[in-house]
Amino acid sequence: MVGVVTKMTKSVMRSKKTIYLYLVILAIAIAYTINSVSTVAVAASSITFGLPLAMAAMVGIMCERTGVVNIGIEGTLLTSSFFGFFVAALSQNLIWGLIAAIASGAATGLLLALLTVSWKMDQIIAGTIVNILATGLTSFFYKQGYSLPAIFPRWSIPGLAEIPFLGRVLFQSGPITYFGLIFILVLYFAIYHTPWGLRTRAIGEHPSSADTSGISVLRIKYTNVVIAGAFGGLTGAYLTLELVGSFDRGFSAGKGFTALAIMIFGRWNPIGALLAAVFFGFAQALANQLMIDGLVNIPGPFINMLPYVLTIVVLAFSAGKVRGPAAAGQPYEREKA
Amino acid sequence: MRFIRAWITPLIALFIAFAIGAILMITQGSDPVKAYQSLFTTAFSTQEGLAKTFGKATPLAISGLAVVIGLRAGLFNIGAQGQLISGALAAAWAGYAITGLPMIAHVPLCLLIGGFFGSIVGYIAGALKAYRGIHEVITTIMLNSIVLQLAEYLSNGPLKEEGSIIARTPEVLDTAKIGSVAGLPIGFFLSGLLALGVWWIFKKTTTGFRFETVGKNKNAAWYAGIAVKRNTVFAMVACGALAGFGGAVETLGVVGKFEPAFNQGLGFDGITIALLARANPLAVIPGAILFGGMRGAGPTMQFSAGVSPEIIDLILAIVLFFVTAPIISRILKLKNDTTTQVTSGWGSN
Amino acid sequence: MATLLQVKNLTKSFGSVIANNNISFEVNAGEIVALLGENGAGKSTLVKSVFGLLRPDQGEIYIDGKQMAPGDTAAVIASGVGMVHQHFQLVPVMSVTENIILGDEPKDGIFISIKKAEKKVRALSEKFGLAVDPTANIEDLPVGMQQRVEILKALSKDVRLLIFDEPTAVLTPQETDELILVIKNLAQLGVGVIVITHKLREVMALADRVVVLRDGKVVGTTTPKQSDEAGLAQMMVGRNVVLEVSKGAANPGQPVLSVKGLEVFDDRKLLAVKGVDLQVRSGEILGIAGVEGNGQRELVEAICGMRVRAKGEVLVGGMGTKDMHPHAVHEAGLSHIPEDREKHGLVSSYSIADNLILNRFDQQPFARGWFRNMSAIKKNADLLVKKFDIRTTSPAALASALSGGNKQKVVIARELSQDLQVLVAAQPTRGVDVGSIEFIHKQLIAARDGGAGVLLVSAELDEIISLSDRIAVMSGGIIVATIDNKNADRDYLGRLMAGLSA
Ligand SMILES: Nc1ncnc2c1ncn2[C@@H]1O[C@H](COP(=O)(O)OP(=O)(O)O)[C@@H](O)[C@H]1O
Ligand SMILES: [Mg+2]
Repeated sequence: MVGVVTKMTKSVMRSKKTIYLYLVILAIAIAYTINSVSTVAVAASSITFGLPLAMAAMVGIMCERTGVVNIGIEGTLLTSSFFGFFVAALSQNLIWGLIAAIASGAATGLLLALLTVSWKMDQIIAGTIVNILATGLTSFFYKQGYSLPAIFPRWSIPGLAEIPFLGRVLFQSGPITYFGLIFILVLYFAIYHTPWGLRTRAIGEHPSSADTSGISVLRIKYTNVVIAGAFGGLTGAYLTLELVGSFDRGFSAGKGFTALAIMIFGRWNPIGALLAAVFFGFAQALANQLMIDGLVNIPGPFINMLPYVLTIVVLAFSAGKVRGPAAAGQPYEREKA
Repeated sequence: MRFIRAWITPLIALFIAFAIGAILMITQGSDPVKAYQSLFTTAFSTQEGLAKTFGKATPLAISGLAVVIGLRAGLFNIGAQGQLISGALAAAWAGYAITGLPMIAHVPLCLLIGGFFGSIVGYIAGALKAYRGIHEVITTIMLNSIVLQLAEYLSNGPLKEEGSIIARTPEVLDTAKIGSVAGLPIGFFLSGLLALGVWWIFKKTTTGFRFETVGKNKNAAWYAGIAVKRNTVFAMVACGALAGFGGAVETLGVVGKFEPAFNQGLGFDGITIALLARANPLAVIPGAILFGGMRGAGPTMQFSAGVSPEIIDLILAIVLFFVTAPIISRILKLKNDTTTQVTSGWGSN
Repeated sequence: MATLLQVKNLTKSFGSVIANNNISFEVNAGEIVALLGENGAGKSTLVKSVFGLLRPDQGEIYIDGKQMAPGDTAAVIASGVGMVHQHFQLVPVMSVTENIILGDEPKDGIFISIKKAEKKVRALSEKFGLAVDPTANIEDLPVGMQQRVEILKALSKDVRLLIFDEPTAVLTPQETDELILVIKNLAQLGVGVIVITHKLREVMALADRVVVLRDGKVVGTTTPKQSDEAGLAQMMVGRNVVLEVSKGAANPGQPVLSVKGLEVFDDRKLLAVKGVDLQVRSGEILGIAGVEGNGQRELVEAICGMRVRAKGEVLVGGMGTKDMHPHAVHEAGLSHIPEDREKHGLVSSYSIADNLILNRFDQQPFARGWFRNMSAIKKNADLLVKKFDIRTTSPAALASALSGGNKQKVVIARELSQDLQVLVAAQPTRGVDVGSIEFIHKQLIAARDGGAGVLLVSAELDEIISLSDRIAVMSGGIIVATIDNKNADRDYLGRLMAGLSA
């Protein structure tokens, strides 16, 4: 583990892209000296806005790396924030809400796996079914007038929280934020450096070569899609139990789709997607801050559409150039190998 | 036999969905018989209810057709919603801002403008797909949100009715309104004509054959001399124009102005209808009537049986599930009961 | 000798096709068994069942006397069986090492130890004398090298039974000889080997025992000593084989296809065709012989307008075809039987009738202006279905319902039913049953006799020899020699194909 990490760090230090890292640090430093309050606020909101997108993008990455296109992330987010909210509100216990969110997210993953892996349905239509079922379910069972006992508290990490800038931006966050960030890093190492990751990538690229190597394609696909669903459930829990504290019809507001764009922008790589998501979060946070500081006056609808416009623009420049897992979207049929 | 085969899965799906709906009502302490009875009698037997049913069915049918064209051309157009809204808003603007025209000119002009603005939204998605390889599902969903925000801005700003508290445009002029005959909205007949037109295009014309070949095998289409990219764009433009036209019909025939709160969810019902109709344009019409009835009369279930109208959302979702998932055909051992295939990669052409 | 593998009464069908019909055979340790049979005889199906990739309908498989659960590849691998697949089972974007360790990864804690893995690959590579670069990406390797990786992958576990499914199809005769040595060495070490092939020469050179399959049944078991090539051929086909296709003398006229100085890149942006000149005259068949992957595919695609030409020109009937779309080249008089008929030749969810007009759907009489003329389309289909002996219930049936041979006939019917000066046939009989092969060969000759110039590209040397009037041998992206068919001789051609100056 340590070996891998040091090797990684070394290769990052040597990589040409490091120049961008320095530029970003420089820009932050300049902004911080000019206006430290707004800079911290923007940076912190970039993480707050970006994290759910990054987490949702992990759902997409885990699925597509195993050859399943998941357009139902939106439905997973909606379902899990619904169950997270109502179970927490009814039991007046956030932990039950968290469990319910994760379980319901996993259930949406299971449904997607059943439709696409076992029944070999068109994956785009299967994802759409997940979304429409989620919308129907949550709008029928939705009731007004419930509220949470609280939201997950922020945990200041002793020592780290006192670091200027970084402390406020990263180390005074809620538990799901910490877990989500760690999970993204772990997923990165798992995908590129563990047997599970190698097998997963092989299935996403060329499933019959995994099959002929004695790997159970079916089992890995199911496992990954269900775990991805559970993680999507955690994302839903983050939105409702840690970030917002309420639930409404259509609560997920397209984040599941934006996450797909982020997955592509981040080249199906967890770290890449995390950076892409923070960039999205940053764009939104910056627009908000400029409004708050009274520097610009953009009508609300234009601020609201920013992530969507950004999604299209980013895809227009990044899609086509990057290659996703070759077998994503195709059901694997042994007898046709 | 073929006929039965085409219809049996949708019918069973409907039956199962209503049955599940009934069970849910029972668990909530409501009487499903009463609820369904009021739903169907209101929707399909009163004069007023029928007018409402067909009024609701009109944009549903047209957005369903917009999705059908896409499916036939291998595109999954989730963007009927945004295309429709942009058509509805444009038609509203043309309906009140352009004055001095006789009805015979004003109505078609508004419809055309609606179709044109819908087609712009379709064009963006089509061009991004053809020339940048971005999957239409993502672009159309993003465009849905963008168009909605734009429409909210416009109807609450530059195009807002003076003195209104809520976001909406002024009422369209009388010369731009589409009326009804025999209690049924004229718009509905228009949607029937459109369905026939789309059916005929796919059955009889080279354009339909081009779309369909591109949808079924892009490589073979390219090899046979069909311009794949151009036809992809063209198909999306046709989808958008149709949906925009549907929005215009909705504005001129039902709402009379543009209000962002209306039109919600029409595009998504259009998807369900198109898949329920198995991408057959003619089958879209009965599907739209059924959905229109349920959407129109849904609220009556609240009064008669205390069932929240959102049950309709759930029932329709279950219908979609059973129509597209190969469960029924597996149980009945129907062969060749293939569901639609629209998947293509994110970054490929 | 110990019996390693025993297959008892194995039956496997796909729909109505019985691919394996009550097959029994066995392999002993140290023995090389050749499975011989025509395309479609059921050889691949049989070994896939043995390897646990297919579930047989009936029958039992024993390895070391232990019965294997059907469809359990992992268990089969664990009991020491390795397989080199007909279609390589390698992940193109991964490295040689990653591919070899897939499924059995050396670890360092929970992480894969790439160091250990590369060491293992180097050791394997040395032990069996198969040199590879462990860090290279599969997609950057030539086919022959990919096969080495495939073999090393199979050998990377402790194998005692190794299955080769048509391993020589992509190799030059020299590489084939090397592979034969490798296989013999393995047998010496006590490994049992199954080799699938339909090449008789290899069987004679290699096998201790030959099991002949025909139409899914074992029709005989023999040894090379007890039989000769002609006898094996007869067993394989079930009748006296006429390798000779009856055709009259060619009557060549003017050149109808001229290729001058053509250079073409392949998908990996490497130069695959390195300056090819050739001419096909009307009324003759020019065959292109060569081991697959020597630029034939790129050559054909460039001629037909499907691939960008880096340099050079292609004249069809004297007309330049620079930057033309394939359809325009087609309109210029070049008909083409594409190598990948499912991808380019057919829309399988369309009816046979629509497929028969696929590239003329907007022309008279199949369309009048914007409208399609259904009665003309139907008439055309009725005519061609009869003329080209397409076996179907109705021209309205979907192309997907046809067998491989009949699908190919649909493509050929379409391509030959229009005005043509040139016919380019790429692997026209691949995956096609014997009956259809004969029919297709006759059609190619008929096209020649009708005055077309035919360019035939095939990986089957026998097909080239029996059909062509002249033979051009392609190797390493160039035409190394063009000879008259009278002078054709397998060994000579083989040496040319290998790129040796003969
Ligand atoms: N997955 C499959 N689905 C349907 N038919 C198949 C499949 N695999 C093989 N077949 C059919 O089974 C027969 C035997 O095929 P195969 O074992 O590949 O032959 P061989 O390897 O001897 O050329 C052929 O008729 C082929 O078309
Ligand atoms: Mg085979």
